[in-house]
Amino acid sequence: MKMTGAQMMLDGLVKEGVEVTFGIQGGKVIPLFDTMPQYPQIHHVLTRHEQGAAHAAEGYARATGKVGVCIATSGPGATNLVTGIADAFLDSVPMVAITGQVNRSDIGKDAFQEVDITGITLPITKHNYLVLETAALPRIVREAFYLARTGRPGPVLIDVPGDVFMEQVEYHYPAEFDLPSYKPTLKGHPAQIKRAAKLINEAKEPVILAGRGVIISGAYAELKELAEKAQIPVITTLLGISAIPESHILSYGWLGMHGMVHANLATDAADTIIAIGMRFDDRATAKVSAFNPHARIVHIDIDPAEIGKNVKVDIPIVGDVKNVLSQLNKLIEPGEHIDWIARLDEWRRAHPALDIRDSESVLPQYVVQQIYEATKGQATIVTGVGQHQMWAAQHYHYDHPNSLITSGGLGTMGFGLPAAIGAQMGRPKATVWCLDGDGSFQMTIQELATIQQERLPIKIAIFNNGFLGMVRQWQDLFFGKRYVATPLSGPDFVKIAEAYGIPGAAAKRKDDVVPAIEQAMKEPGPFLIDFRIEPEENVYPMVKLGGSLVELLEGEEITKGVAKP
Amino acid sequence: MTGNKHTLVALVEDRPGVLNRMASLCRRRGFNIESIAVGHSETPRLSRMTIVVDGTNTMIEQLRKQLDKLVVTMKVSDITGDDIVARELALIKVKANSATRSEIIQIVDIFRADIVDVAANSVTVQVTGDEDKIDSLLSLLRGFGIKEMSRTGRIAMTRGGSSLLGAEKGTSAGRSRKQSAS
Repeated sequence: MKMTGAQMMLDGLVKEGVEVTFGIQGGKVIPLFDTMPQYPQIHHVLTRHEQGAAHAAEGYARATGKVGVCIATSGPGATNLVTGIADAFLDSVPMVAITGQVNRSDIGKDAFQEVDITGITLPITKHNYLVLETAALPRIVREAFYLARTGRPGPVLIDVPGDVFMEQVEYHYPAEFDLPSYKPTLKGHPAQIKRAAKLINEAKEPVILAGRGVIISGAYAELKELAEKAQIPVITTLLGISAIPESHILSYGWLGMHGMVHANLATDAADTIIAIGMRFDDRATAKVSAFNPHARIVHIDIDPAEIGKNVKVDIPIVGDVKNVLSQLNKLIEPGEHIDWIARLDEWRRAHPALDIRDSESVLPQYVVQQIYEATKGQATIVTGVGQHQMWAAQHYHYDHPNSLITSGGLGTMGFGLPAAIGAQMGRPKATVWCLDGDGSFQMTIQELATIQQERLPIKIAIFNNGFLGMVRQWQDLFFGKRYVATPLSGPDFVKIAEAYGIPGAAAKRKDDVVPAIEQAMKEPGPFLIDFRIEPEENVYPMVKLGGSLVELLEGEEITKGVAKP
Repeated sequence: MTGNKHTLVALVEDRPGVLNRMASLCRRRGFNIESIAVGHSETPRLSRMTIVVDGTNTMIEQLRKQLDKLVVTMKVSDITGDDIVARELALIKVKANSATRSEIIQIVDIFRADIVDVAANSVTVQVTGDEDKIDSLLSLLRGFGIKEMSRTGRIAMTRGGSSLLGAEKGTSAGRSRKQSAS
């Protein structure tokens, strides 16, 4: 049967199980959109900026584990996707980005809205394609989805010239295809697993560092089994949050720059570190040259290039986390580390840096805590990037698998609102809360229109301190309190929301917090709360500038253990 | 950290943009390419690259894994420590006149190089060998005056009966994709 390039693309999407796409129209993708009504299985969400489309696709992919799809036209449409593609690349998010390109005969001639998007995205995609032959399109679509979702997931971009979308050729969707150069290692090497088991069985003071790889692999049960069987405390990375329920007796929070003190101390003191699906990012390790030099390290990751990249590893195991852990668990002997765990408990008691002091003003930590109470810990939390992100990670208790969606590697301000759109599309029945800063929120504020148009019941909590807060905190601590280019004279967010047809409320005092959250929860549709939080509140604990995991600032009042009136 | 020269050989898909992907990755990860040579391999649709880069063993192993991760690469191997044949070709245009020409020809003969072009005031020498041999010849010819030079960069192969893909060709994992115990 003959089909146009556009039909083949959409048919491919349907065959790959795509139900929703995010993106914006434009010159070179008009034929693609024009064909969409023939494929009613696909619901297209029209965002207001392509960056929003990319983050929404990410939010969808992060929430569902399926491939998120975003679409943009050539030139500026394509370049606007770049931030979201980079974000997906760093956090291993499965994504297929489809861009229009100028007609084949115009390529390389600086035609209107021409940009070399495959060149631009070369270092931030797992792979990318420029489709120069219409007949190759079905194979490329097939490969792109396969690459995006298998192995270490990541973004794949398909750049399609406008005339390819319109050309008619004979259509065959390849039932099978061969990528001889791409064979991810899924099973762990038995000899390595044996060595790892021996090390773990002999460990006196072990910790597990669980990353997003556990979540991607769906290895929740296997992780729990390992921890329980060998009685090993589990510490997660920021992106590993909810890999194990935080209420689990062996869960000891997350480590790193703003992680829990006891988690950092334990990681630093451990004699054995079992790193699972994490990549020793510098925000997690702090000063990497000082990262626990005496520990024996087992590193399990599906990407061989992550092994030994940042820290020296004693026993590497390349493979899918779920497979490797189930292989490993068979060789793990029941163990106990009573004294070691007691030390962790003691550290946790001695460093209650997450206690919330009493205050009449709106404390951000209190807001997160109250959102947790109101949602009974059942919500999907999506954040922007900045102070609020850290408070959201610290003060919500994540007991449900994959319940925090946040931009870790790239740290993209503006991620929150569009990612919440994607998350809500992927989890239509879930309560989705977007926790955002006033700075971060304004970077993609236009997506309020998308929420309204799609009638998504997202609850938006803005942590409004009138600053680019995290930078202000650095200025406060390390730059002599010189607040250069950080104060924000923000708009009235409730009025902004109202203009988009979204109800809202402002919370200016502590007493306003709970009623506002309750109002949001009662509202069947979207709701925005402008929390006017303490402007100069800092995030603690915090690793000192250039410091190791144990060189920490814990916040003046709190270290003294005195509740501030 | 200072390292030494490593020779990586890679089998990659013969498609537009592949060289760019390889070179761009080296640049992005902070590696300086000393030389890169690309051409056909024994397998249709696969090109063979020889890349010479500087770095410590750990750094080069990281680069090798990153290159291997590219979808377009079949296999990347660091053959530095192996028993290898490494060759380079150079064309050297040397100033020559009736007084110096015969001396140049003698030197060229000693190196088993060839004169491939002669003009009134120059000769063009073609030489193959390892870098040391070419460097030695160059140092002798330099006295006459070198007008132009072009070197291909190293190509290399391990000695003995094995091949880069070898028996593992078409199986799910080449050596480089298997676990290394280091």
